[in-house]
Amino acid sequence: MHLYRAHVLVCAGTNCSLKGHRAVRDALTREIVGRGLGDEIKVVETGCFGLCEQGPTIVVYPEGVLYCRVKAEDVPDLVGIHLLKGRRVDRLMYREPTRPVAVQTVPELDYFRKQVRVVLDNCGVIDPDSLEEYIGHGGYTALARALEDGPARVLAEVKASGLRGRGGAGFPAGLKWEFGAKAPGPIKYVVCNADEGEPGTFKDRLILEGDPHRILEGMAICGFATGARQGYVYIRGEYGLSISRLEHSIRNARELGLLGENIFNSGFSFDVEVRFGAGAYVCGEETALFESLEGKRGEPRIKPPYPTEVGLFGRPTVINNVETLANIPAIVNRGAAWYRSIGTDTCPGTKVFTLTGDIVNEGLIEVPMGMTLREVIYDIGGGIPGGRRFKMAQTGGTSGGCLPESLLDVPMDYDKLAAAGSALGSGALLVMDDTHCIVDVARVFARFFLHESCGQCAPCREGTLQLHHILDRFTAGRGSREDLALLGRLAKTMAGASLCPLGQSVPLSIMTTLKHFEPEYLAHIDDRACPAGTCRPPAGGMKPAAAGNGRRGY
Amino acid sequence: MSVALEKLPSQLREQRLKEVDQVILRHRDRPGALLTILTEIQDLFGYLPEATFKPVAQALGIPVSQIWGVATFYTLFNTRPRGRHMIRLCENAPCHIQGTVAVLEAIQRELGIAPGEDTQDGEWGLELVSCLGICGVAPALMIDDQVYGNVRPEAIPAILDSHR
Amino acid sequence: MKDQVRLTIDGREVRADRGSSILAAARDAGITIPTLCHHPDQRVKALCRICVVEVERSRTLQAACAFPIAEDMVVRTRSPAIREARRTVLELIIARHPLDCLQCARNLHCELQTLAERMGVREANFHRLDSSIELDTSSPSLVREPAKCIVCRRCVEACQEVQQVGVLFPMHRGADTVVGTAGDRGLLDAVCTMCGQCSLICPTGAITEQDHTRQVWEALGDPKRHVVVQTAPATRVTIGEEFGMEPGSIVTGKLVAALRRLGFDRVFDTDFTADLTILEEAHELLHRVKEGGVLPLITSCSPGWIKYVEHFFPQLLPHLSSCKSPQQMFGALAKTYYAERAGIDPADIHVVSIMPCTAKKFEAGRPEMTASGYADVDAVLTSRELGRMLREAGIDFADLPEEEYDLPLGISTGAAAIFGASGGVMEAALRTAYETITGSTLEVLDITAVRGLDGIKEAAIEAGGLVVKAAVGHGLGNARRLCELVAGGAADYHFIEIMGCPGGCIGGGGQPIPTTNAIRQRRIDAIYQVDRNMPIRKSHENQVVKTLYAEFLGHPLGEKSHQLLHTHYQPRERYPA
Repeated sequence: MHLYRAHVLVCAGTNCSLKGHRAVRDALTREIVGRGLGDEIKVVETGCFGLCEQGPTIVVYPEGVLYCRVKAEDVPDLVGIHLLKGRRVDRLMYREPTRPVAVQTVPELDYFRKQVRVVLDNCGVIDPDSLEEYIGHGGYTALARALEDGPARVLAEVKASGLRGRGGAGFPAGLKWEFGAKAPGPIKYVVCNADEGEPGTFKDRLILEGDPHRILEGMAICGFATGARQGYVYIRGEYGLSISRLEHSIRNARELGLLGENIFNSGFSFDVEVRFGAGAYVCGEETALFESLEGKRGEPRIKPPYPTEVGLFGRPTVINNVETLANIPAIVNRGAAWYRSIGTDTCPGTKVFTLTGDIVNEGLIEVPMGMTLREVIYDIGGGIPGGRRFKMAQTGGTSGGCLPESLLDVPMDYDKLAAAGSALGSGALLVMDDTHCIVDVARVFARFFLHESCGQCAPCREGTLQLHHILDRFTAGRGSREDLALLGRLAKTMAGASLCPLGQSVPLSIMTTLKHFEPEYLAHIDDRACPAGTCRPPAGGMKPAAAGNGRRGY
Repeated sequence: MSVALEKLPSQLREQRLKEVDQVILRHRDRPGALLTILTEIQDLFGYLPEATFKPVAQALGIPVSQIWGVATFYTLFNTRPRGRHMIRLCENAPCHIQGTVAVLEAIQRELGIAPGEDTQDGEWGLELVSCLGICGVAPALMIDDQVYGNVRPEAIPAILDSHR
Repeated sequence: MKDQVRLTIDGREVRADRGSSILAAARDAGITIPTLCHHPDQRVKALCRICVVEVERSRTLQAACAFPIAEDMVVRTRSPAIREARRTVLELIIARHPLDCLQCARNLHCELQTLAERMGVREANFHRLDSSIELDTSSPSLVREPAKCIVCRRCVEACQEVQQVGVLFPMHRGADTVVGTAGDRGLLDAVCTMCGQCSLICPTGAITEQDHTRQVWEALGDPKRHVVVQTAPATRVTIGEEFGMEPGSIVTGKLVAALRRLGFDRVFDTDFTADLTILEEAHELLHRVKEGGVLPLITSCSPGWIKYVEHFFPQLLPHLSSCKSPQQMFGALAKTYYAERAGIDPADIHVVSIMPCTAKKFEAGRPEMTASGYADVDAVLTSRELGRMLREAGIDFADLPEEEYDLPLGISTGAAAIFGASGGVMEAALRTAYETITGSTLEVLDITAVRGLDGIKEAAIEAGGLVVKAAVGHGLGNARRLCELVAGGAADYHFIEIMGCPGGCIGGGGQPIPTTNAIRQRRIDAIYQVDRNMPIRKSHENQVVKTLYAEFLGHPLGEKSHQLLHTHYQPRERYPA
């Protein structure tokens, strides 16, 4: 094996690639080869490093120096000064928002010191296309161990870990696996839910791009524990890079016998197929996902029966989110007790969050469950940019709730956020400063649900239409107090009577904006005024998309 | 890129339909293949020509109404030819608060079309879509398979130019 | 005794079978929960959410139609929250439903309207957001008004699963979701069989029959027209339901009286030509058996079935009996034989049919149905349309006296009456075939093996050394199974009866609403009662039919029969183009 004296990790996550990581990579390779350093220094493209806002980022090891916003023209300096002379290129180094000194190395960053990386352990560290690197970082040892331990012990360990489903509902994963394992029948399935669609969420994309084998390993362990031989990854059709990484990884794993027949000569066989969605948020709901995977309209099914009884193709199915499965190898390797040492009693482990909106460090982070909203926004996220004021934070994406400044100290886990009137959900965290109109944002929430309701049950199909109409009237300065009362009726009915979690969660975001920012609504209604000054009556904002041919116009 | 199958000369049309047969042959025996088949047909034509529904219906043993039902459910499927380049602009909250409206206005200024429409010359189609999962660099849009982040209204002409 | 569970509903302890829904358990306990999308013969859909109830320890309300009961479950079906949710859902649906109830074919027979009335919804709090989707009047049989569609998907199940025709399906999504056709085609171009089962099961006026009442009123009001009417076998046991009579009420005499009072010049009976059909068809069967013709012979009375086979199994067209349906035979004879005898110019004769069927409207318009030189049949009224005309005319149906059909085309046998139920044509044909083959009298006339609501029924009748193997299918889903057997060469039947609608014509797409399987069974029982009450129960013993052959037609399958009473079929596209 060839030893390099230095590694240059170039973040190739979607966000950095949008900021031009390719040019940086090519320049680095050219420069290193041009200076005859090809045998000494290796350039590695990694998955998302997390600091998307600062991209393209690169980290130079062994020192672990982080460089931000790197451009191709910076490369001669990086090679000439850092890699040849051993001095740092000060102007490219990361500056913490709170203390404007250039931070030396990755472990010193506040941004990282507060994080605990279990799921993202390899993200930004290994070349995701390299099975060897995954194995070099301990990959597939958990599968080997599981096969040795037997299904019962694996199941017991996952149950004991207290891992809760990271797709949003927080159902205990071990319990789900146990139901799956106990379900009768010769054919069962494992499905990885990678239909990430919650606005503001891009963790599954970056996990899949950054460490695809971890998911495959988690699925294989799940299959072993529950008695399934076939796994499916259902992924959004829009996630091109994740899809190609996954398919590449599946091929590599098959070649090495890590997927397929008789894995590790254990007699256990398991394979994985990737299927794509075609643009429907509702397919993130597990039973709608099954329908879609079966080639149908993605309409949620009536529950019960639950997926572990009647799931994909009518068979018992364990369906887990990407992040849930990404936790599995670490739990199997390091044990439930270790896992429980992270996070809170009722929500052990870490949570991956995606920070978006008016926050300095937009990007991907992983923290122990129970960290407060304030810590995440200010200590890791770097606070609100441009000296503006915090207005609200929305946790859990558009199906989560909005929290005002007074609730910044809420610990972030499933139960505490629910108690605070919001939801942990997918881990999306959207921060808004005081330049935005809350009513306008609520209208955007409503528009999302209008677009994404499957249209099957009456409360959601008709309710999303009325909700959007009413909020549109508010922002256009045509709303009334009666409309406000209708909003309340709609919220109760949709939350209580809708068929699936999509419809049930529609009112949360909108009603929390009303709860915490009622005066702003009343200003729109009573005074026909928008305090933030962004609503422009009569139309303001976007008009609804033109209805296509043959659709019901409204 | 959309190719209106109905408008092709019949010989060429037959040839293109043979490609559809290949797609069907590749997937028909996998369970739940309809979405995969439609995705690949759209890759061939840029939309789902109705003439391709008959062979799909025959192969899968389902009525064409069900294919229509599926094709009209998912936003990535088009049942009519669309612009040669499809612009999909995210309209959800993370992008919205970072300036989607201004980006949309810039696109509309450049192309003169509203969401859901296509330019007269058939070059461009515009859609407002839900979250593309690139909110870390909001506002975001996709043109065909190409993703753009941190899009500023003033960058729109150059972005569009790069696809012309 | 079945496994039962104990639960509490509205504070009362209730026992019900394990696996029951809350809706069923409550109903058995005498507690009514309102429903809208629910239909007793269909899969649980739980889409309308009107039946929501509170289940203790459940985070949300639950749909009573779908939620299974469990031991010690505590359910509340009435509470302020439930009332609020149900009313809100209903108001939401109404906010997009047209409010032209007065002009709607389903006015006073609409499940949405009834529910709104029952729940006392008098206000329209939500914003009216009208649907602008267009009316589809392309079909000669049915009218679709998607703006009235509440997307309950009953018609989808009827069309896709029961009939397996596959025309109607949910299209688009979200608030755009509507039941539609491939590419938004009109029904005429959508490979629709026009069976009308969708119109029978639709809770609102979103799918209704094409209304012919106006042209019938016009004909009745025109002194130059000689307007004759024929009544299909099944209508004599169903029309009463249009006037609140119990399902299964036999109203033959009242029907005749009612039609006279409406002003028809002659009230005749399709049963007459049903008997004639048996003679032609039984001879066709015997001919094919003797001459080694194409077997099995398959019946052709049901126009929905005919259109189905033309689209889906055109290779089986040679199996179809060439006999026109009794409706069309009647029309052809009315404008030839009857016109001659009555000395009326056939151009002045207007033939109206009272039918259980929407496809009959399409059949009457088939271009080949003009052997007399005129359209055999001028207008087709479904049972529902006749109900409307009689109500408009102020005819108090239940109190009418019983009257007799006019001569000569009003004379029939019990064998003709049972055409109205699945298996009836088969039974009638076998009665005649047996006696024709053997020359001896059939003692037991009831061939019960072919009766009832089982999807596919079989019988073998021994007649003079020949074992006639028969199969009966009803509903196009069952028809498909039989067709696949025949097409695959796996059917050794001689004779197959197929009716397009579940239960046969008593369950036809033009019958009174509601039509459920339980109601179908009561209508079937009534049909066989009509048969038992008839003095003559074999078609070949119909004296007027004998006279018709002697005076006019010659003999079964003769030249004149061939010209007037037989037809041909055309292969049609299986996929809309």
